[in-house]
Amino acid sequence: MSTLVIAEHDNNGLKVSTLNAVAAAQVMGGEIDILVAGANCGAVATAAAAVPGIGKVLVADNVVYEHQLAENVSLLIAEVAAGYDNILAPATANCKNFLPRVAALLDVAQISDITSVESADTFQRPIYAGNVIATVQSTDAKKVITVRTTAFDGAPAEGGSAVIESLDVVHDAGISSFIGEEVVVSERPELTAASVVISGGRGMQNGENFKLLDGIADKLGAAIGASRAAVDAGFVPNDMQVGQTGKIVAPDLYVAVGISGAIQHLAGMKDSKVIVAINKDEDAPIFQVADYGLVADLFDALPELEAQL
Amino acid sequence: MKVLVAVKRVVDYNVKVRAKADGTDVDLNNVKMSINPFCEIAVEEAVRLKEAGTATEVIAVSVGDKSCQEQIRTALALGADRGIQVETESKVEPLVVAKLLKAVVDKEQPQLVILGKQSIDGDNNQTGQMLGALANMGQGTFASEVAVEGDKVNVIREIDGGLQTVSLKLPAIVTTDLRLNEPRYASLPNIMKAKKKQLDVYTPADLDVAVTSHITQKKVEAPAERKAGITVKDVEELVDKLKNEAKIIS
Repeated sequence: MSTLVIAEHDNNGLKVSTLNAVAAAQVMGGEIDILVAGANCGAVATAAAAVPGIGKVLVADNVVYEHQLAENVSLLIAEVAAGYDNILAPATANCKNFLPRVAALLDVAQISDITSVESADTFQRPIYAGNVIATVQSTDAKKVITVRTTAFDGAPAEGGSAVIESLDVVHDAGISSFIGEEVVVSERPELTAASVVISGGRGMQNGENFKLLDGIADKLGAAIGASRAAVDAGFVPNDMQVGQTGKIVAPDLYVAVGISGAIQHLAGMKDSKVIVAINKDEDAPIFQVADYGLVADLFDALPELEAQL
Repeated sequence: MKVLVAVKRVVDYNVKVRAKADGTDVDLNNVKMSINPFCEIAVEEAVRLKEAGTATEVIAVSVGDKSCQEQIRTALALGADRGIQVETESKVEPLVVAKLLKAVVDKEQPQLVILGKQSIDGDNNQTGQMLGALANMGQGTFASEVAVEGDKVNVIREIDGGLQTVSLKLPAIVTTDLRLNEPRYASLPNIMKAKKKQLDVYTPADLDVAVTSHITQKKVEAPAERKAGITVKDVEELVDKLKNEAKIIS
């Protein structure tokens, strides 16, 4: 059996989510190669080659893949896929964008967001916002899969020395182009990679009050997230959203502030190691999953917490 | 220009879904069904394009058994002009839905197809992208802003860490994210009017698409429960527990 893992990267570095997908591929067993599609992405290929247990790193380094536009990258992956039994990618926004296109080009199903590998063709995945876990079996000869990164501990990043092979395949579908990007530059760690996350919900009352989380986040080296309710209310941008339709996180410590604990939020954070909830409503469902619950007004508790850390 | 909007009938987002005791499937007996929230955003966006004079006709399409006509009527009440139901009793996988939608696209030749980014039942997040591949159209997934300009559409997309803008040649696919718009409520007169709007029904055979299955659902079960912890009396105790019991901070 052979598996191709699609690298998540920004042309400068390999994202750790790739290592989670590699870990899932290792559970499946067999040979594992990594595909890096980008432009001037040599550093990414070098990093991918250092992952232990990888046979080959295939690099498609061309300007048409620079922004990994789904229309172009999917044609590339579908072609390279011919030599593999499984195509795996981390379930990041980027891979979720192009991988279903690959599946359709190959005329196979995609199995989204797997949380466990039961056997070579059987997987578990959360459905209904994580209310239910489904065990599904694929009948396709070639399997296209996205991996929920928080469900698999990342494979080691160093120690390997895979062969780097460059691909001269250039696919430009000519139907889409990249215009621009507004990426939030932050001193803080990325939400999905942070070991501590502190999130605010509707109880924060407005966007301005999210500043109350800043000092605590600074002291804990935490990323700041939000519930969908806080995003819907316009307090903060959607890229901060933790939940089934936002980002899935599983840090060592998750602090939920003014978050009631709607199922769709819980689905995005309940695999965190330690959960702290601060809410003035003692009946809030968030307390049912919290290791430490503090029933308090967040406007009193937050400054106090900052002072005591 | 014509806009095609896909809508799906799903369990209402307020319902807490449970697995059946025998683990064969989720229990959908007597639960409230609604239009998938992301599809509702898609309908709203299409109707706004029509109100802005960009779209000339909005067609709502759904794949499912007869009951999904209810969600098509909802879309019509929100402002879609006519509906199409692709009638099937089978549980259809995203690849098949994409193939059926591709056949409808071939028939109707819309310039823009708007879908929800995912449905809140299967949480697959695939159909729009698959349709893009099958119809060889560009895709603006997870859209938070859509602007049609001449023969192109510019889409601002929600990506990890921020926003990305892409320009797509029309015809193109858009899948909606939460912040694209806030859907309106259907007014009673519009609900009445919707009942009289045209709704065509096709079978997969009419569209020359085979309803195949690539995935077997073996079992569904409740997720592992996380046990509730303790309530601390104040911030001081919280910090103490985190330091000395959980040993998570120093």
